[in-house]
Amino acid sequence: MEFVSPEGLRLDGRRPTEMRQLRAEIGVVSKADGSAMFEMGNTKVIAAVYGPREVQNRGQQTNNDHALVRCEYSMANFSTGDRVRKPKGDRRSIEISLVIRQTMEACIMTHLMPRSQIDIFVQVLQADGGTRSACINAATLALSDAGIPMCDLVTSCSAGYLNSTPLLDLNYIEDSAGGADVTVGILPTLDKVTLLQMDAKLSTNIFEDVMQLATEGCKAIANYIREVNPFILIAVYIWPSLKTF
Amino acid sequence: MLKSNVFSKKTRNNKIKKEVREVYLRDDIWCGVSSCTTCDSPAASAAARLTASTILVVDTNVVLHQIDLLENPAIDDVVVLSVVLDEVKNKNLSVYNRIRALCSNSLRKFYVFANKFHKDTHVEKMEKESPNDLNDRAIRVATQWYQKHLGDATRVLLVTNDRENKRKATEEGIFAETIESYVKSLGQPDLLDLVVQPASVDVNMEDIEDSRPSKRKVIYEEHKPMSEITSGLRHGIYHQGKLRVNRYNPFEAYVGSESIGDEIIIYGRTNMNRAFDGDIVAVELLPQEQWHEEKSLSIADEEEEEEDVHLAPSSADDAPRSTTPVNAADQIPVPSRPSGRVVGIIKRNWHSYCGSLEPMPMPAGSGSIAYALFVSKDRRIPKIRIQTRQLGNLLNKRIVVTVDSWDRQSRYPFGHYVRVIGDIGDRDTESEMVLIENDIDARPFTAQVLACLPPLPWSVSSEDLANPIRLDLRQIRVFSVDPPGCKDIDDALHCTALPNGNYEVGVHIADVTNFVHPGSPLDDEASKRGTSVYLVERRIDMLPKPLTEDICSLRADVERLAFSVIWEMTPEAEIISTRFSKSVIKSCAALSYVEAQARMDDSRLMDPLTTDLRNMNSLAKVMRQRRIERGALTLASAEVKFQIDTETHDPLDIGMYQIREANQMIEEFMLAANVSVAAQILKIFPVCSLLRRHPSPTREMFEPLLLTAAAVGINLDVSSSKALADSLDCAVGDDPYFNKMIRILATRCMTQAVYFCSGDLSPPEFHHYGLAAPLYTHFTSPIRRYADVFVHRLLAASLGIFQLPTIFQDRPQLTSVADNLNYRHRNAQMAGRASVELHTLIYFRKRPTDTEARIVKIRSNGFIVFVPKFGIEGPVYLTSKGQKGGGEWYVDEQQQKIVKMDSSLSYSVLQTLRIHMEVVEPQPNRPKLQLTLI
Repeated sequence: MEFVSPEGLRLDGRRPTEMRQLRAEIGVVSKADGSAMFEMGNTKVIAAVYGPREVQNRGQQTNNDHALVRCEYSMANFSTGDRVRKPKGDRRSIEISLVIRQTMEACIMTHLMPRSQIDIFVQVLQADGGTRSACINAATLALSDAGIPMCDLVTSCSAGYLNSTPLLDLNYIEDSAGGADVTVGILPTLDKVTLLQMDAKLSTNIFEDVMQLATEGCKAIANYIREVNPFILIAVYIWPSLKTF
Repeated sequence: MLKSNVFSKKTRNNKIKKEVREVYLRDDIWCGVSSCTTCDSPAASAAARLTASTILVVDTNVVLHQIDLLENPAIDDVVVLSVVLDEVKNKNLSVYNRIRALCSNSLRKFYVFANKFHKDTHVEKMEKESPNDLNDRAIRVATQWYQKHLGDATRVLLVTNDRENKRKATEEGIFAETIESYVKSLGQPDLLDLVVQPASVDVNMEDIEDSRPSKRKVIYEEHKPMSEITSGLRHGIYHQGKLRVNRYNPFEAYVGSESIGDEIIIYGRTNMNRAFDGDIVAVELLPQEQWHEEKSLSIADEEEEEEDVHLAPSSADDAPRSTTPVNAADQIPVPSRPSGRVVGIIKRNWHSYCGSLEPMPMPAGSGSIAYALFVSKDRRIPKIRIQTRQLGNLLNKRIVVTVDSWDRQSRYPFGHYVRVIGDIGDRDTESEMVLIENDIDARPFTAQVLACLPPLPWSVSSEDLANPIRLDLRQIRVFSVDPPGCKDIDDALHCTALPNGNYEVGVHIADVTNFVHPGSPLDDEASKRGTSVYLVERRIDMLPKPLTEDICSLRADVERLAFSVIWEMTPEAEIISTRFSKSVIKSCAALSYVEAQARMDDSRLMDPLTTDLRNMNSLAKVMRQRRIERGALTLASAEVKFQIDTETHDPLDIGMYQIREANQMIEEFMLAANVSVAAQILKIFPVCSLLRRHPSPTREMFEPLLLTAAAVGINLDVSSSKALADSLDCAVGDDPYFNKMIRILATRCMTQAVYFCSGDLSPPEFHHYGLAAPLYTHFTSPIRRYADVFVHRLLAASLGIFQLPTIFQDRPQLTSVADNLNYRHRNAQMAGRASVELHTLIYFRKRPTDTEARIVKIRSNGFIVFVPKFGIEGPVYLTSKGQKGGGEWYVDEQQQKIVKMDSSLSYSVLQTLRIHMEVVEPQPNRPKLQLTLI
């Protein structure tokens, strides 16, 4: 199938290196300590953060010096066209929960909050490819809304390789085309990679191009997130003084 | 880059499911007109194609039906909208590929305007609007935008044949015209022939039908609607399959059906019901009492169609389809195979055909519209009626015609003229016909392809020599043996005696992949061509000449890059070790087969090269013997060789190709190299290797051979290749040619070997029947076969000296490459045969000959003979065409004999007789070779 026309336009009218429309809002769940809604085109997710609070189940705490980060990912039954009941705790959501938790742990300064726990709930309201990235972006915004200290933002974006062209931010049709799908998460200020996933195979030089493109996407998302919640900057600014710990 | 978004909702009726897709509307889509001042950005001016003061916007149906016209250089400055492209793609992929090719051709002024994504031309579906109306409206909106955008200086013309659309366009103030009126306004009458007449009844059609009242009646039954066909297929009433018309009798077709596990025979055009060869059709079985008897046993029935003299087929793929023989024990012939009739056509396989017009008197008054019947060179295609204004011009020309429609009232389909190839009978024209018929691209290489070549004069550079992956074999005595005059030498050999009594044998193959890089235009072109094509008088190269004849060719006394397979062999030809390496060689001699043979035979010569040749030959003999013991078949085909006049390119002499020991020696080492390479690549890449297999023939395929053999009192065992090889050895008759004859017949029963991707089949299926080898591939001719280029890359990757191209990770694409190679390979062979047939005809035109022939098949009114000396096969009639039916003659099936009623004369299969060969012209400009009994 032709995913990029010879004129250089994708099926939805984007060019290969263009992202979908981004939209975000913070404080969408008033009961939570921090929350955010994040949209990438037709993909729409909501994230709510509770904490830092007392550890509810002490059995889960393995390290007393650090805060416990928990994450739960779920998809709303209505998020895809066919309204199927999405069982909680299937393999896919467990895996994504784990991915999000590990990614967020990399930026949350857990050592500042010993003996406490932080819960991140993310739910997909509408799925159109790239849910994993959207969840991470939403979680970052929600954490910042909750005022949880972070060493940097984490932003994530995916890129793929179809019709011999690297494509940024795949939507559902492009995602299910069977080509490679590279999801990258970065700490934009520190310029570090915290998440890198790929299914399917790519040769190394092509992979580097695709990853480069995804990284650019992450940086663009970071700029957007800073616009939405300028307070995040505080956490980043205090980083040099924290180095001494 | 501004980006605005509008959401459009689409419903796809798979299982009614709502899908929401985003559409990003843009303002950076340029109009593509070079004089436009609004769209000024570097990107816009780079893309600008259109220059004229009138630009055309075409609608979907114009593209679908008038693609031949659009391809004519007279039509230019065309805007192709993306909605049109999408619709064309859904309806007809081949037309889509053609229009895409036009749009990307830098010599043509076709511009694709992505109207769907432009902010001003995007249209949204209105309430109760059909998709067709929506598209028509989108086209009108885009046209209007163009007119507004370009102002009054440029005229934007909407070309549509849809009356409603045209009316609405005129109402909205758009210039709109039909394709006919536009072409007429150009004032080039011959262009009008290219315009496809609309299927709806027009005045001209009425005229011709009135003049021939007999044609008015309905000839064919109506095709069933698609819904009925689908349900019929599901309930097993209809059977789906590809229609294949008998190459030797166009009134007989076969549909291979999986649902009944047999082929359904379809007799006559009425039952075929307007289906063409290659169409996917739905067939209904006829009641059993209507199943025909073995009518196909007679040659030349209905109308004027009759069998031609042609080149003897070399495998089951080329041979005429055999019919299951009637069980002779029963006196009543049993209708053995189901017959059917076509009820509907699921997918058309219409394309363009080449041939000529049926001779007809010139109508009074030139320049007026005339109807003519077109006869395709391919006998499987019915005659096609075309309309032309240049009849006098076309009558003695070979032309290309496409089919447009075939309605129930007309005996023949309607088509239109596409282009002229040349004069009938002209050798170049006929050769080009051969190329067109076999879909062979003989155009010169494009500039992009030629840009990939290294600069000439080329020589081995010091980097190549310093490269650690290249073995320096320049000191070794390497030589090549090829047919005389061979310029593309892709293999060379060496054979050195080792101190331990063993031999080091090397096969060195031109290192083509060092110059052809994956993904380059050169590689794409080679992969498309698949193989070089050898015609009698010319060669169509897969790679450009500088590569084939110079840079890659392993010529004598120059340093060349090679890919080498080096074995250590015992004097008993057991392989002790195998090495593969890229290398640099310097061939010391480029011998011809004759020279090599002469050297080996001349006992006075004791020079090192001759010793090498003799050593190799003795090794090859052992290898060959061992291979034959394993069950490899020694097959025979009637290959002929022409001697061509260098000045006029006319054939001077033909004769059978002679095979010498030297040929067999080279062949043996090439086989060994291919087998070694196949094992190596399969070991490292078990699922993505490109191999070659030869399927074992089934017993049914041997049936005609067994019948013939039984008639002459020979018992053949076909249970395995070994058994067949042994019984072929025992089949010796009273004359020396008898055995070869049986082998030729045996070869014809088998299908051809094919390329495949190792991941698609299970290892037992990899077997090569003819060579009795479990694994085989092609490695030794990368200059002329793309498969070998592919295998070179695999081998290099398996040694870790080259990165495996990404295509090898994509199994479907790999399979399609293998399929294309098979297709190209087969076409190249067909073209080669057709070219030989053509030259045979030219040769015999001036030389009526008496010669010896053998009967290979008995028919009810004659027999088919094979002429060994010229490798041709054709019918000899015992009864003249007028007096039909075997009143005088009857066929003895079991004895394979045709006997005269009074038993005074009989002819049996494989009998030798003398015939007279002569070129006759039953119709002007249609020469054919006629065989008559002396």
